Amino acid sequence: MKILKKYLVFLLSLGVIGLSFLWDKQTAVKAVVTVGKSFKEMLFILPPIFVLLGLLDVWVPRETMVKYMGKDSGLMGSLLAFLLGSAAAGPLYVVFPIAAAFLRKGVGLFNVLIMIGAWSTTKIPMLLMEYNSLGAKFTLTRLFMNIPLIIIIALVMVLLLKEEDVQEIYKRAAKME
Amino acid sequence: MQTAIYYGLATFLTLFSFLKDKNKTKLSLRKAWKSFVNILPQLLGMISVIGIIIAYLSPQTISNLIGGSSGWLGVLSAAIVGSITLIPAFVAFPMAAILLENGAGYMQLSAFASTLTMVGLITLPLEIKFFGRKFALLRNILAFVFAFIVAFVIGRVVG
Repeated sequence: MKILKKYLVFLLSLGVIGLSFLWDKQTAVKAVVTVGKSFKEMLFILPPIFVLLGLLDVWVPRETMVKYMGKDSGLMGSLLAFLLGSAAAGPLYVVFPIAAAFLRKGVGLFNVLIMIGAWSTTKIPMLLMEYNSLGAKFTLTRLFMNIPLIIIIALVMVLLLKEEDVQEIYKRAAKME
Repeated sequence: MQTAIYYGLATFLTLFSFLKDKNKTKLSLRKAWKSFVNILPQLLGMISVIGIIIAYLSPQTISNLIGGSSGWLGVLSAAIVGSITLIPAFVAFPMAAILLENGAGYMQLSAFASTLTMVGLITLPLEIKFFGRKFALLRNILAFVFAFIVAFVIGRVVG
């Protein structure tokens, strides 16, 4: 019963897709194709990421992560976060478990936000796709705008979140393990 | 390409870890499996809902929503449609290219691309689960607002 509840959204969606076969076959096929493609992408990307996170959890001491990417790691920590986010693959929700694992290891909230921001906008494969579909001028302008905006969003959030909010975020991340 | 690097790195480091400490490696793999199983139901749910939405939101439908595709009203509609969900890039940009052919402007496409990749209502519950309500709402709202700033500049530069 508990398992059924966990998969409720998935099962309901399958039901909706099944039903739409009856009245709009073309759209239903399209839905199946997109779900299949996303599913394959997920199954492909997630396993190595989770294996790497597991290894990080076990092998890398908290002090090391704090030193390189903690609250007081300075410019290097943020640069590292930016590079990690940009080197990523997969849609933004893949970054959520990674960010939570980083928070558990004591990485600073600002740096986690930089990583999330980079993941959403400066990912290299995404930029290539954007370039192919919308051209160099569009892609480069957006990129040059997005880099400062990632920093501004992270700054504003760190400023707006109170001490207790931040503690709550770290507590939540600890629970996600 | 990137995925290949991930796999190479994961394999290499797991082997290395195994040679150094068998038990620690087992523990880390168990942890990896646990976190994977933990988010699987929600991921599956999200992927299927997103699939249905993408199927129904054909580029033609979006073209109609974005309207005559000119002006700030078009930018606003584009930003709202883009905010429904976070979409994998392999869907987002081919879709944007079709919208361009169908007469959408660069400013509207910029707002659409920004909110597609950064703002997600459907992915919000997952984000809240990981980071809490305040963090998730703030991040999405800020990203939504900034989509307009980028759109404005794109409108000036690209036209």
